[in-house]
Amino acid sequence: MIKNTSKNKLGILCRLLGYMLKVWPLFVIAIILTLLSNQLALMGPRFSGQAIDAISAANGVDFEEVKSNIVKMIICYALSAVLSLILSIIMINISQKIVGRMRTELFEKLIRLPIGFFDATSVGDIVSRMSYDIDTVNTSISHDVVQVMTSIYTVIGSLIFMWNISRSLIIVFVVTVPVSIIFTRYRSKKVRPLFKLRSKMLGELNGYAEEMLSGCRTIQCYNRQKQICKNFDNRNEEAMKAYYNSEYYASAMGPTVNLINNLSISFIMILGGILYMYSSAGVFKTGSLFFISLGGIAQFVQYSRKFAGPINEFANIIHEFQSAFSAAERVFKIIDEEPEKVDDADAKDLVAVKGNVSFFNVGFGYTNDKKILENLSITADKGKTIAIVGPTGAGKTTIINLLMRFYDVNAGNIFIDGIATDKIKRKDLRKAFIMVLQDTWLFNGTVFENIAYGKEDATIDEVIKAAKAAKIHTFIEHLPLGYDTVLSDDGVNISKGQKQLITIARAILSNAPMLILDEATSNVDSRTEIQIQEALHSLMKDRTCFIIAHRLSTIKNADSIIVLQDGKISEQGNHAELIRANGFYSKLYNSQFN
Amino acid sequence: MKTLLEYLKPFLPRMSYGFIIKVSATLAELFLPYILTHILENVIKRQSVKLIVYWGILMIICSATACILNIVANRMAATVSRDYSLKVRHILFEKTLHLSAAQTDKFTVASLESRITNDTYNIHHFVTVMQRMGVRSPIMLIGGVIITLIMDSYLSLVMIATIPIIFTCIYLISRKGIPLYSKVQKSIDNMVRVVREDTQGIRVIKALSKEEYEHNRFNKVNTTLIKDEMSAGIVMGSVHPVMNLFMNMGIVAVIAISAARVTDNLSSPETVIAFIQYFTQISMSLMVLSRVFTMASKSIASAKRIEEVLLCEEELPVFSFHEYKPNYNGNVIEFSKVNFSYNGKKEDLSDINFSLKQGQTLGIIGATGSGKSTLVKLLLRFYDVSSGAIYINGEDIRTIEKNKLYSYFGTVMQNDFLYNDTINENIRFGRDISDKDIKFAAKIAQADSFINNFADKYEHILSQKGTNISGGQKQRLLIARAIAKKTKFLIFDDSSSALDYKTDLILRQAINENFKDTIVINIAQRVSTVKNCSLILVLDEGKIIAKGRHDELLATCKEYKEISDSQMGGAIID
Repeated sequence: MIKNTSKNKLGILCRLLGYMLKVWPLFVIAIILTLLSNQLALMGPRFSGQAIDAISAANGVDFEEVKSNIVKMIICYALSAVLSLILSIIMINISQKIVGRMRTELFEKLIRLPIGFFDATSVGDIVSRMSYDIDTVNTSISHDVVQVMTSIYTVIGSLIFMWNISRSLIIVFVVTVPVSIIFTRYRSKKVRPLFKLRSKMLGELNGYAEEMLSGCRTIQCYNRQKQICKNFDNRNEEAMKAYYNSEYYASAMGPTVNLINNLSISFIMILGGILYMYSSAGVFKTGSLFFISLGGIAQFVQYSRKFAGPINEFANIIHEFQSAFSAAERVFKIIDEEPEKVDDADAKDLVAVKGNVSFFNVGFGYTNDKKILENLSITADKGKTIAIVGPTGAGKTTIINLLMRFYDVNAGNIFIDGIATDKIKRKDLRKAFIMVLQDTWLFNGTVFENIAYGKEDATIDEVIKAAKAAKIHTFIEHLPLGYDTVLSDDGVNISKGQKQLITIARAILSNAPMLILDEATSNVDSRTEIQIQEALHSLMKDRTCFIIAHRLSTIKNADSIIVLQDGKISEQGNHAELIRANGFYSKLYNSQFN
Repeated sequence: MKTLLEYLKPFLPRMSYGFIIKVSATLAELFLPYILTHILENVIKRQSVKLIVYWGILMIICSATACILNIVANRMAATVSRDYSLKVRHILFEKTLHLSAAQTDKFTVASLESRITNDTYNIHHFVTVMQRMGVRSPIMLIGGVIITLIMDSYLSLVMIATIPIIFTCIYLISRKGIPLYSKVQKSIDNMVRVVREDTQGIRVIKALSKEEYEHNRFNKVNTTLIKDEMSAGIVMGSVHPVMNLFMNMGIVAVIAISAARVTDNLSSPETVIAFIQYFTQISMSLMVLSRVFTMASKSIASAKRIEEVLLCEEELPVFSFHEYKPNYNGNVIEFSKVNFSYNGKKEDLSDINFSLKQGQTLGIIGATGSGKSTLVKLLLRFYDVSSGAIYINGEDIRTIEKNKLYSYFGTVMQNDFLYNDTINENIRFGRDISDKDIKFAAKIAQADSFINNFADKYEHILSQKGTNISGGQKQRLLIARAIAKKTKFLIFDDSSSALDYKTDLILRQAINENFKDTIVINIAQRVSTVKNCSLILVLDEGKIIAKGRHDELLATCKEYKEISDSQMGGAIID
C-alpha cells in the first residue's frame, strides 16, 4: 500500500469532497437528518429515566407524568426510526451517485488512454480498481461518513446529558476512557499487521492450490500426489498459524470492549449507589452537585453505553477511512493519466486512400534507454504485400504499433500517400487499415454484433456475405440461434480457428485499403489454417498488406520479405532472392528439410 | 453434512471444555444487571457504604471473570477451528489430487479451486463463530429471559412477546435482501466483464474507433449496477432502524405496564432498570443470531460442495486378470478395436487399431479436435475405453496397478504445467533424481544453454505457470522433466511446437541417440516432427484415416500430403 503523505491525503480529501459537493443538497439534508435522528435517540433514555422517577416517586406512582413521558418516548423513538430510514435511503442515493460518476469517469479515461498504458498494466489491476477500490470508497461514503457524524454527536450529546444528570458521576470516565483509548491504540498497532500477514498467507495458500490443481494430470502422471500434498500441508499449516496468531489477539477484542463497558457500569453503581443512598435519605438535596435519583442512575447507565460505543469503534473507522483513501488514490491515479494526445490542429482528413506506405529513417524505443528500431526505412507501394520475419523481440509487432499510431515514432517519419501519419487524424488513419491479430478478440454479444462491430450500419445481408467470404457462414448457421447466438465464455463452444474466422469476417466487412496480419494463423492447426488462408487471400486482394507470420507458407508469395534482426533490416527481397542470398532466411528455410 | 461433522468428532472433548467456559463467562455477564438491581433495590436500603462497595466489587469481579473466561474460550475455539480446517483442507486437497480426469472435468478446475479455498474458509469461519457467538447469543437470550421471568414474570412476558416480532422482521428483511445482493453480484460481474473485455481488446477498439460505442456499453451496465445496488442497499438499510424501533417500543411497553404494577405493589421501579438492560442484551443477541443463521446457510452450502468432492467414488479401479484377460503377443503397446466417447453420445475415437514393438517410435498427426491427445489420454488411463482394449506388454491396462502404470511413462502434455519454484525443482518434480541427471536431461532437451544464461542457472525461479520464460523454453524444460528419469515410454504431445526447426531437429536426434530402447510417441501438427517415426497415424474426426511411414503416406494419403505441402517452410523462429 502506498504511504500517504499528509499533503497528498488532503488533495484526495478535497477531490472526494468535490464529488460530494456535486450532490450538496442531498448532503445537507443528510447532515440535518443525522443530527435530528440522533438527538431524538438521545432523548429517549432521558424520558425513560423521568418515567422511572415518576414511578418511584415517594408519594406513589405519578401516572400523569409517566404517561406524558411514555408518549414522548414513543414519539422520539418512532421519529428517530423514520428519520434514520430516510437517512439510509438518502445516503445510498448519495453514494451511488458519487460512485457511478467515479466509475464513468474512470472508464471514460480508460478508453482514451494510449496503448502503452495497457501494455504496462495488467487487466487484473484495472479490474480491481474498477470494482474493489471503488467499492471501498463506496462503503466509506455510504457508511462511515454517517457513522462519524453519529459518533461525534452521540459522544458529545451523551456527555452533555450525563453532565446534566450528575456532574459528579462523570468522574467514572476519567478512569475508563483512557483505558479504552490505550486499548484501541494497542489494537491497531499489534493486531492489524497480524491480520495483514494472515490474508497474505491465505492468499499464498490459495495461489498454491490453484497452481497445483491446474497441473493435476501431470502430478498424477508422475505419481507425485504425496509430495505435492506434503508441500500443500506445509503451506496450510503456515497459513493456519498466521490465522491463529491474529485470532489469538482478535479473540480478546470483544471481551475487552465488554469489560470496559461493564467496568464503567460497575463504577457507576458503586459511586451512583452511594450518591443515591444519601440522596434518597435526604442528605443531598435536589439540585445539589451530588444529588441523583433512581431514574437518573437508569439514564446514566444507558448513556454510558451510548458514550462508550463510538469510542470503541473509533479505531475501526479511522482504518476504514485510510483504506478508502488509498483506494481513492488508486482510482484517481488512472483518472489523472495522460490520455492519447489530441490530433494536431492542422491534422488532415484522410480521404480516398490509395495505400502507398513508406517508413523513412524511423527510430523507436518503448523506453528511452532501449532502442527497438533504428533508422528503419521500408517502402510498400499500393497493392503490394510486405512480409516481416525475425526472432522474438526483433521489433516486428512494433512496426505495426507505429503504423497504427498506437505509439508515436521517436525519430523519422511514416507516410501514407505522401502525408506524414502524425499529420493525419487518428480516426481516419486507423480506419484506413484492417487488422487481424493473433489474439482473437470477441466480446459478449451476438455473432452478428461481433461481425458488424467495425461497420455500425451493417445489414444482416452484408454480414452474411462477409461470413461467407470468411468461410464461417455454415458454422454460424448451425449455431443454436444462428447469427443471434450470444458468444460468451461459458456458452457456445467455438474453437480458436472459428473465432479467428469470425474476426476475419469482421475485417472483410470494413472496406479499408490496407491490411495488417499479425500472426493471424499461428494459433490454429494446419488444416484450419488452409481454410483461413483461403479467406485471407480474398482479403489481401488489391490491398497493401503487412504480414507478420511464423510459417513460411504464408509469406513465401510476398512481394518483399523483410528480415528484421535487432531492430534493423538484415535482409530484404522476395523469397527466391533471399534463398539465393544464402543468409539467415535461407538457413532457417532449409533446416526443415534435414 | 455428515462427513464433515464426522471429522469434527475428535474435537468434541475440547469443544465441550470450551463450551462450559463460554457458558460460565456468559452467565457471569448475565448476572451484572441482576446485581445492579439488587444494589438499587435492597442494598441501598441498608444505608451502608461498605455494602454498596462490596456489591460493586462483586460486579467488577463478574465483569473481569466474564472477560477472562471469554478470552480463554475464544482462544480455545480458535485452536479447534484451526486444527479442524487444517484437517478438512488436507483431506479435500488430497482427494482432489486423486480424482479421475472425468471427475475433474465434471467439477471443473475452477470450481475445485474455490472449494479448496473459499468453501473451506467458510467452514473454518463458521466453526469459530459457532463456538463463540453460537454459544453466547442463545445463552444470553435464554438466560436473560429466565432471569427476567424470575424477577417479574408478567413484565417478562411483555418483553418475550416482542422477540418473535423482532426476529420475524429481521428474517423477512434478510429474505428479501439476500436475493437482491445476488442480483448486485451479477451486475458487478457484468460490469467487470465489459472492463475486462475492453482492456483486452483495446487495440481493436482503437483501430475501429469504437470508443464511443464501448462507452455506451459501459454506461448501460453501470446504470444497472447502480440501480441494483440501490434497491439492495435500501432494503438492507432498514434492518437497523426497524430493529431499534421495536426494541425501544418494548422498553416503552415495559415502563408503561410496570407503572400499573408498581402501584399494585407487584413490581419495583428498580426492576424496570434491570429490564431495560436485559432487553438491550436480548435484542443484541437476536441481531447476532440472525447473522449466525445467514452464515450457517452459507456454510451449509459450502459443506455440501466440499462433501460432493469427498464422497466421489474412486473411478477407474484396477481389475483382475479374470475380468480383462491378457493378450501376450509380443507387442509392447497395442490398441485393439478401441472406441471412446467423453460424453457417451458422440464418438471421440472409433475403431483405433495399431501396435508397437520394442524400439519403435509412433507419430500421430491430425487437426485439432481429431482425437490425438485423447488417444494418449486413454493410454495413460485418464479415461477408460468405451469398448476394445489397450495392452502394455500384453496386459490390459485396466489390470495394471496405477503406480506401476504411471512409472512406465515420461510424459509432456499439451500446455503442460510449470510452477513457481526453481528450474531444478521443476525438472526434478519431487522425485529422487541427482543434480547430474537433471543437468544431463536438460542438455538432451536443449535447455542447458539457456538455463546457464540465467545468473542463478538451475536455481533460477520460475513464476507461476512459468510465465517468465518463453514458450520454447517452457517446452524444453518439460521435455527435460519427462526424460530425467529413465522410463519405458516417452510421450510428447505437441511438445515442440514452439521450437524452431533447427532446435527441434537437434532435440529429436539427441533423444533418438540416448533413448534407443524407449518407445517414443510424438503427437504433432508439424510433419517434420513425426516424419522419421517408424509408424505414423493420421487421425481425422476420431478415426485413423491412414497409417504407415512418411514416404508411404505421402504417396497414399491425400490429407497427409496436403498438410505436408502447406507446411513447406514451417515455423521460422522461436
